[in-house]
Amino acid sequence: MKRILSLFLARNKEYYRDRASLIWSFVMPPLIIAVVALAFSRGEQPLFRLGVLGETTAEISQKIDQKGVQVIRYDDQEEALQKIKYHQIDLLIQPSTEQFWVNPISQKSDFVKTLFIDHASFESGTSNWQENTVSGNKVRYVDWAIPGIIGMNLMFSSLFGIGYVIVRYRKNGVLKRLQASPVRPIEFLTAQILSRLIIMIIVSAIVFMVANFILDFVMLGSYFNLFLVAVLGMLSLLSLGLIVASRLANEEFANGLLNFFAFPMMLLSEVWFSLDGAPQWMSTISSCLPLTHMVQSARAIMLDGAGLADISHHLLVLGLMTMVFMIIATSIFRWRES
Amino acid sequence: MSAILEIRDLHKQYKNVNAVNGISFEIEKGTCFGLLGPNGAGKTTTIEMIEGITPPSSGEIRYKGVPNNPQFRHEAGIQFQSTALMDYLKVIEVLELFGGFYKNSLPIEKLVEQCALSEFLHHPASKLSGGQRQRVLLAIALINDPEIIFLDEPTTGLDPQSRRNFWNLINNIKNLGKTIVLTTHYMDEAESLCDQLVIVDKGKIIAEGTPQALLNEHFGVSYICLRDGDLSPDQFDQFEVTSTEKNEITIISKNLESTLQQLINCGANLSALQVRNPTLDDLFLKITGHSLRD
Repeated sequence: MKRILSLFLARNKEYYRDRASLIWSFVMPPLIIAVVALAFSRGEQPLFRLGVLGETTAEISQKIDQKGVQVIRYDDQEEALQKIKYHQIDLLIQPSTEQFWVNPISQKSDFVKTLFIDHASFESGTSNWQENTVSGNKVRYVDWAIPGIIGMNLMFSSLFGIGYVIVRYRKNGVLKRLQASPVRPIEFLTAQILSRLIIMIIVSAIVFMVANFILDFVMLGSYFNLFLVAVLGMLSLLSLGLIVASRLANEEFANGLLNFFAFPMMLLSEVWFSLDGAPQWMSTISSCLPLTHMVQSARAIMLDGAGLADISHHLLVLGLMTMVFMIIATSIFRWRES
Repeated sequence: MSAILEIRDLHKQYKNVNAVNGISFEIEKGTCFGLLGPNGAGKTTTIEMIEGITPPSSGEIRYKGVPNNPQFRHEAGIQFQSTALMDYLKVIEVLELFGGFYKNSLPIEKLVEQCALSEFLHHPASKLSGGQRQRVLLAIALINDPEIIFLDEPTTGLDPQSRRNFWNLINNIKNLGKTIVLTTHYMDEAESLCDQLVIVDKGKIIAEGTPQALLNEHFGVSYICLRDGDLSPDQFDQFEVTSTEKNEITIISKNLESTLQQLINCGANLSALQVRNPTLDDLFLKITGHSLRD
């Protein structure tokens, strides 16, 4: 324990003194968030989106067959209500019970209503349709993207932060010197992981709070659950970084290999866009990436208010990945280049 | 005295190269033991196998009579040939870090005094001069108050004054009763510091003993040096002339008085005469047929 603590404290000091990296880790994520917030602030969708809950009727089918209207079918009422609440659809109708839902804050919601519900009969009270309202502010793109951006930053910081240092230390002989001391590999690796984990939690928490103060994100779930997801996600990514760094003593090669893992995650882990309509193979690859599970569960917590039970499958996958990666990393780790 | 370290028939093979080819020796407690040889002789490989850094291909290493002694890591102090230190740590922090690895570590102040670190204790460890860095690495090697200390070419690359200073530090450690294992390719270093020596070449021991015994065994002679031209070449065959390099004539003498008398009789100019004892350099040349620096 004393050895882990010594290594942990030393690593923290090194990180703190490495001003370039320190500044970078505080500057990059807000920069990306700002760009996204600005670029997509007026990005209205051109279509009207109608949600249909359950089976549709001939009368409705005829009405919804209009240009400019995208119809999305739902079977789960909860899910559909979340969508209208956050302006992801403009109107939700349930033909079987003749109920519809509007979001009074959305202007489009009122307009789309007139397309489907016979206005005169509804106003005079002769219509069978029942109106319900679901209020909620629009989920902006930045709200959707923020778990992805912070997740991506954690991913880069985990992979490169831990990978580079170990490879450099192997190259210049620091690891060899540690090998000659009573320090065991597991103690060294644990200290590296803990140091990086705690530094990243602090940095991300500050970035999150500042960005939240300025942009006021949608945050429906519990902060504790979000924290749990972040920790588990980082552990899985850190242990993946350890595998890459377990034997290499060449920084350029390590860089290439880390990018080999980082880039697919940046593109396929739903950081920037949803893979809902993507081909199956892409979704399959995506589900093998730790960042996907981290971002999806963080997004579910923030936008849908998901509890731990709702995201348990993601947590399970992240936990398993961490375990498997750690076992591989510690068993193939070498102090020196083989 | 008992041997603190026993090495039996140590081999190390890398692919097609026999880096170490059947080395055996014993190191007595409290002595300074030197592994001497040119670059590539197998000194570092040998010392790293003893340190437990490199696994031997075959052979036995016993520390205090026990193979793979778990105590070794706690009781050994190690200084590698070249080691970088952590990038952003100060010297004192590096010492604190390594101190944290051992159950019992020496107080930092004691190390600072022992290795003369006070001038740069708060400097970044990555920005030290060669001599300063070697002193820090020595302090790290001493941090666990080791019984046995391994120094792999500790003065290579240092200027002459830093080398002398470093020798003083090593002598001080020796006076504390510690066992020191030293590799070097400097003969003067081995002569000045070591009680026992093995001379290694091409992975094998080619000579061993105390520096003095080695010289006596192989020489028992004196070297007389004259300036070039002070003795005419046609008189060379009267003497055992070993070399006429560097404008110097070197004559080996088994009986100094009679050789000097002989030189006077020849009418040689003795105004620049020097008499010196053979050095390990001479010994190495004699045994291997090539110089240490080849």
